[in-house]
Amino acid sequence: MSLTSPWRADFPGMLALEAEGQTYLDSAATAQKPQAVLDALLGYLSGGVANVHRAQHLPGERATRTFEATRSKAAQWLNAASSEEIIFTRGSTESLNLLGYGLEHLLQPGEQIVISALEHHANLLPWQQLAKRRNLELRVVPLDSSGSIDLDAATRLIGPRTRLLALSQLSNVLGRWQPLAELLAMARAHGAISVIDGAQGAVHARPDLQALGCDFYVCSAHKLYGPDGVGLLYGRREALNQLQHWQFGGEMVLDADYHEARFRPAPLGFEAGTPAVSAVIGLGAALNWLSGLDQAAVAHHEAALHAELLAGLQSRKGVRLLGEPQLALACFHVEAVHNADLAHLLSEQGIAVRAGHHCAMPLMKSLGLSGAIRVSLGLYNNGADLQRFFAALDNALELLR
Amino acid sequence: MTMCLPTSAEEALSAFSACPGWEQRARLLMQWGERLQPLSDAERVDAHRVHGCESLVWLIAEHHGEHLHFRASSDARLLRGLLAVLLARVEGLSRAELARVDLVDWFNQLGLQRQLSPSRSNGLNAVLQRMRELAGRSA
Repeated sequence: MSLTSPWRADFPGMLALEAEGQTYLDSAATAQKPQAVLDALLGYLSGGVANVHRAQHLPGERATRTFEATRSKAAQWLNAASSEEIIFTRGSTESLNLLGYGLEHLLQPGEQIVISALEHHANLLPWQQLAKRRNLELRVVPLDSSGSIDLDAATRLIGPRTRLLALSQLSNVLGRWQPLAELLAMARAHGAISVIDGAQGAVHARPDLQALGCDFYVCSAHKLYGPDGVGLLYGRREALNQLQHWQFGGEMVLDADYHEARFRPAPLGFEAGTPAVSAVIGLGAALNWLSGLDQAAVAHHEAALHAELLAGLQSRKGVRLLGEPQLALACFHVEAVHNADLAHLLSEQGIAVRAGHHCAMPLMKSLGLSGAIRVSLGLYNNGADLQRFFAALDNALELLR
Repeated sequence: MTMCLPTSAEEALSAFSACPGWEQRARLLMQWGERLQPLSDAERVDAHRVHGCESLVWLIAEHHGEHLHFRASSDARLLRGLLAVLLARVEGLSRAELARVDLVDWFNQLGLQRQLSPSRSNGLNAVLQRMRELAGRSA
């Protein structure tokens, strides 16, 4: 029997794309939004908007209350100790850039930042550039053949001069949970600050940040079935207190003179200017909607879809998977077929998958590939989506061979 | 403005506009790709690379007096086809004529407009831009 998502009908975008003949298998890039998020956005925008944290008037109070409710909801959803540990940013990328600047003063020339070989550009470039500014050594932990961070190598590379460890929880290319418990223990043993990029990971298992025990964690609303333009930066209270302010402007100051100013602590001190109020409110609705789901049922459905995806890819001649993906997505290339040709023919058939380097150019180069095709799943995908993808893949390969 | 089409462009227009579906269009593109004049290894070098494409693309302009002759290739087959129909349209044009050709409209006429959308990373837009740069250079 074909797998059917009981949540698909909650996503008008999925239904609209299907009616248009498009099969959406690119949720690792961005996810469709449930009706509850659309309702929250329309409700706020049509009910009378106001800026937050500024005005005494009723619309301002109402907007601020709804906005701050998302902060509490996010703290609860991530199992943070307090809502004051949650900073709203524009997305994971901005969260990581904030850390790149906010932590800069803590790093001294000659010290090390450690990342892994699978990092997305968002969790590579801010550190690479920080290393250049401060004359630090950027160390890159290699992967094993399955696509997991090599723990033996990590033991050698993470040492007493390591001041910061920044790692993805779930790779956007290799689709594997990384061994964070072991890696975070290494960071703690050497007193290094730890940063976890949860942009992909947060979508496929609800994070428990007190259990994970990292200093900082970032994720994006738009991959979590919420609006784009907003992301989260979680920081353990003691870690947040070490951050230097980085963007300056409205509402982040305690007191300002022409020549001096004093700034608010986190979170508001790191939210200069008017935030994406409607998007934050939409994120609150997304988290509420997600919290109402049977997590075990979602995980079961996603695992079944992923197993079908892997089985279908592995049964086709010449298809080579990148690593050994465990969930959410699979990247592949086909022997003697250019991935641009395959991408062209899949899109001609209404298959929305991603092709290219997936914002992980160094990883692709280390695999000796110019690019790959990625199929990624959301909780709203059905088995029929995969069947359409495989039929299109077979057509394309027949034409190209 | 009506412009007299080069012969191979007439041929491309009649072939592609008669194309009933994606499959036939893809086959046709691959056939056209085979017609590209091959580039030697010495020509497939960085100086001739069109950057901004995820595939490898090379574009060479030769100046014959007022007239331009382009040669191009790629490691991707369908892109070779797109290059072939592009070159068919501009073959033998003078600099002034090339400056007047609406190449976006050309791809529209062929039913290939989606290949030029800004979200595509196939590089056709980069090729068009490079072609204008090369044409703008003094011979």
